[in-house]
Amino acid sequence: MCFEKVIRELSGVILTRGPKLCNFVEWRGYKVVYKRYASLYFCMCIDQEDNELEVLEIIHHYVEILDRYFGSVCELDLIFNFHKAYYILDELLIAGELQEPSKKTVARLIAAQDSLVETAKEEASSISNIIAQATK
Amino acid sequence: MAGSSLMETFFQRTLEDLIKGLRLQLIGESASISKAMDEIRREIKSTDPHTKSTALQKLSYLSSLYFYDMSWASFHVVEVMSSTRFAHKRIAYHAASHSFDESTPVLVLITNQLRKDLTSTNELEVSLALECLSRIATVDLASDLTPEVFTLLSSSKVFVRKKAIGVVLRVFEKYPDSVRVCFKRLVENLEGSDSQILSVTVGVFCELASKDPRSYLPLAPEFYRILVDSRNNWVLIKVLKIFAKLAALEPRLAKKVVEPICDHMKRTGAKSLMFECIRTVVTSLADYESAVKLAVTKIRELLIDDDPNLKYLALQALSIVAPNHLWAVVENKEVVIKSLSDGDPSIKLESLRLVMMMVSESNVAEISRVLLNYALKSDPEFCNEILGSILSTCCRNVYEIIIDFDWYVSLLGEMSRIPHCQKGDEIEKQLIDIGMRVNDVKLELVRVARDLLIDPALLGNPFLHRILSAAAWVSGEYVEFSRNPFELVEALLQPRTNLLPPLIRAVYLQSAFKVLVFCLHSYLLQSGIVASTTCPDNLAPNVLEVLSDKDHPEGTDLAPHDASAHSKQEEGFNPRVLNQSSEDLPIEYGEEASAGHGQAATVDSLERNNFNYESIMNMLNLIELAVAPLLGSLDVEVQERAGNMLSFIELVRKKMLDSLAQKEDSLDRDRTEVSEIIEMMNDAFSNELGPVSVTAQLRVPVPDGLLLKQNLEDLETICPDVQPPSLNSFSFGSLHSEERDGDSLPILPKKEESQSSNESTSLLSEHRKRHGLYYLPSEKNEIGSNDYPPANDLKSESNMNYDAEDLVKLTDLSLVPKTKPNHAKTRPVVVKLDEGDQWPLAAKLQPKEASLSGAVRDVLLGSDTKSLSQSKPSDESSNRRKGKEKLNVDSPSESKEKLDDVEQRDGENPSSRKTKHHKHGKERRHRSTGNVVDKGDENVQKGMQNSSHRHGKHKARQKTDVAMNVVPQTQVIPDFLL
Repeated sequence: MCFEKVIRELSGVILTRGPKLCNFVEWRGYKVVYKRYASLYFCMCIDQEDNELEVLEIIHHYVEILDRYFGSVCELDLIFNFHKAYYILDELLIAGELQEPSKKTVARLIAAQDSLVETAKEEASSISNIIAQATK
Repeated sequence: MAGSSLMETFFQRTLEDLIKGLRLQLIGESASISKAMDEIRREIKSTDPHTKSTALQKLSYLSSLYFYDMSWASFHVVEVMSSTRFAHKRIAYHAASHSFDESTPVLVLITNQLRKDLTSTNELEVSLALECLSRIATVDLASDLTPEVFTLLSSSKVFVRKKAIGVVLRVFEKYPDSVRVCFKRLVENLEGSDSQILSVTVGVFCELASKDPRSYLPLAPEFYRILVDSRNNWVLIKVLKIFAKLAALEPRLAKKVVEPICDHMKRTGAKSLMFECIRTVVTSLADYESAVKLAVTKIRELLIDDDPNLKYLALQALSIVAPNHLWAVVENKEVVIKSLSDGDPSIKLESLRLVMMMVSESNVAEISRVLLNYALKSDPEFCNEILGSILSTCCRNVYEIIIDFDWYVSLLGEMSRIPHCQKGDEIEKQLIDIGMRVNDVKLELVRVARDLLIDPALLGNPFLHRILSAAAWVSGEYVEFSRNPFELVEALLQPRTNLLPPLIRAVYLQSAFKVLVFCLHSYLLQSGIVASTTCPDNLAPNVLEVLSDKDHPEGTDLAPHDASAHSKQEEGFNPRVLNQSSEDLPIEYGEEASAGHGQAATVDSLERNNFNYESIMNMLNLIELAVAPLLGSLDVEVQERAGNMLSFIELVRKKMLDSLAQKEDSLDRDRTEVSEIIEMMNDAFSNELGPVSVTAQLRVPVPDGLLLKQNLEDLETICPDVQPPSLNSFSFGSLHSEERDGDSLPILPKKEESQSSNESTSLLSEHRKRHGLYYLPSEKNEIGSNDYPPANDLKSESNMNYDAEDLVKLTDLSLVPKTKPNHAKTRPVVVKLDEGDQWPLAAKLQPKEASLSGAVRDVLLGSDTKSLSQSKPSDESSNRRKGKEKLNVDSPSESKEKLDDVEQRDGENPSSRKTKHHKHGKERRHRSTGNVVDKGDENVQKGMQNSSHRHGKHKARQKTDVAMNVVPQTQVIPDFLL
């Protein structure tokens, strides 16, 4: 099933649910756990046997890390930094399993990656570098 | 070239520029996206890695948020991946895990790149490669990179090692042989002290064990240690999940873990952990009374919590515990029933499931009443959920819980009138099924069918057409129970039937034909032309049994309203037939009236069925008038039936008129002739139909040259409207063919059955035609113009005033378990087939899982013999023997079931079992003939009780079979650890 269809179908299901309902929806033999933070919805699709409350905690965990990283995260942060949101998620989960329960560690790892990128970027974008490359 | 590259680098829009542009929407979204895509296509070909990677980043943004295809760029992804800079690599790896799948052709090109990055000295690069591998690993990638992953499993860097452990999950899944290499290291990580590593490793084992728990039994001591020692909730939840699987397999283990689990349940403050403890207890430790009690107390706490999440989960836990401990549900029934009106659909659905679990034969009536009232009030979706669950619960195991079928049939009628009812197919199926299985209910069935047919408003609702079709069939087939056949004919031919789809219309016509034949025959009987002795086998005697107005005390809140509505319609409907005052020839056939009726069958005069010459002629005229236009129908079914009917009338009318002219000669030749025709037609219809085993078709030998496995998918494009016939429909096989099969003769209390079967063999073809009519697939999508008020307009607001409190009170009485129901009525005989009332569950084969678990077992058993030398071989063999004994015990009863899948699987088995199964095919015929001979009413009842468990057992048995087949040597958990 294509990604787009999943997203559309699920947003239809989840957005129509009012507030103060439970955060679980049954969907095509799976369960979808979702949580709303202001205008942001976070959804996770899990097996029937998975622990819903644990998944809610994972979502919350993720949001807290995002919050710490961006400084009170909002929709715009995620729109402009969607790839970073993915990188952070990658540090949190692997193969669908929680790999890192410590917020601090995730923050540290992301910072390490960023600094590596920053130094590279500085090198790459320095004028002399570009000219050197162009006149090669 | 260099120049253009330079320009691009300077003037390339970054991702941020792109997003800003999109958000400004100066030129519209799609225009600006296609502009951006053009840029990207140009930029991505650049030789400058920075330009290229930025283009790729923009592309993956558009792909993930606007769902643009990016598979065309997969080669560029590989190019960027090989960049030496981390920033570019990261973009490429993200793009790869986002867009690559099994079919991506360039996957073969990245093996070396991945290998290089996995062995890189930069741990962040290693991490990128691992993350990507966990998403896109294929069989080839997994097998090629197993050595690298193996090395990383013992990396000194925790950060890398935990990712490698996570990746193992995907690698195992794709390439089971890697287990031989990596499994031991994985287990070593379980024993380590690092909490992060432990958490990931337990997570991996939890996933592995959920697919095939048996292989991981030898690791139970490790998990037990974690369960007792760990204070990390993430880890504990996973370990509990593992134990939920393992404890079901090994009772000694269950005994061991009950206590620590209960400790956790009492001690923990985290709801997620507590809930996991509850779930583990109710799923796998349901035998431990004290643990279940504790769990139920905790469930209760959750149930009354304000958090809807906890409430939902508590309801779910209750539904798990219900099958073994119904008291837990009954204790909380108040909350459960109140949740039916919760604002949350998920909660409503859960509580509905729970309520249905409480249903038993003593309270089915009350609960259905309560639920119907909820259905009237709820939104269409939930309304149909309710109806669906009532229907499926009541028909379970051939209506096991239904005692009073009169009540149930009228309930079905009531359901059809609920405004949102969309369960037409199921109700149709059950109405007909009950008609064929339960003889005693036919009177009520005909009454219900008549009430449905006679209401012109119902014809406008396409969801009801299937029900109406069943009603028409019932009233035609069992017309002898009708109080007023004339009225039926009018109802069947009323003008609004043009709203019906043609195939259902054909059913209407055929039913009208049956009613007509019945009336003519009764008329002849009445006027003494046909001596009743000439037709000992037909049902005419029953026919004339007229029962007094039946009242249903248990009946319906809707009944008064219905009744009044109908009496009104009746008056307007058939003024001609209501001249009952002119009654003549009261004939008593009371002796032969069915004695099995629960109600006192009042034998009465033919007050309403006054088959006099005039009324018959009126009927003929009416039919001619209504049917004649249908000769021009476009649908062949309708056209043909109309033609048959008209010719028959013509024939009969001519003879009747002739005979009228010479009225004095009552035994005139012509008259005899017409009576012969009518009698023959009547005989054709008088044969009772019985249910047919769903496996009947399987016993028909496949004709030569017929390819059953042919792919018929192309047909769908040619005729997409035709629905395949449903599995449960009653196929063409008639009663007789079943008898010949020697299988599953329905018990019909009528003596005539056996006699009629001889004679009616000659009428078989006619019979089949009639039978076939009903089972033609029908189309639902034809909706005629609908100017009538909407069907099912229920005005009876008085029904709606149930409050939750009332409902609780109402069910109070009924939900008390184990009060012996005081049945006013005895349950009528329900015809039940020995086999084939339900389809056997098809067992799924999972070759991949099997190979994975096989590999796991090899490794574990290998390590066992080394590290756990205590595992005694004698113990093992005894276990094996036990397994074998079990098989032997099982197989005789098993041969009754259809276990095709097992038969297939038996290929791997000892040959003794194989031969057994082969024999069973031959034996079946024998066996079932035996069954038929000694089958009496008691047997049927007994069969019903037994069969309630059959299904579950069957499944469980298959499961154990699978396990036995796959694991010839069961592992033994060393006793000293338990």
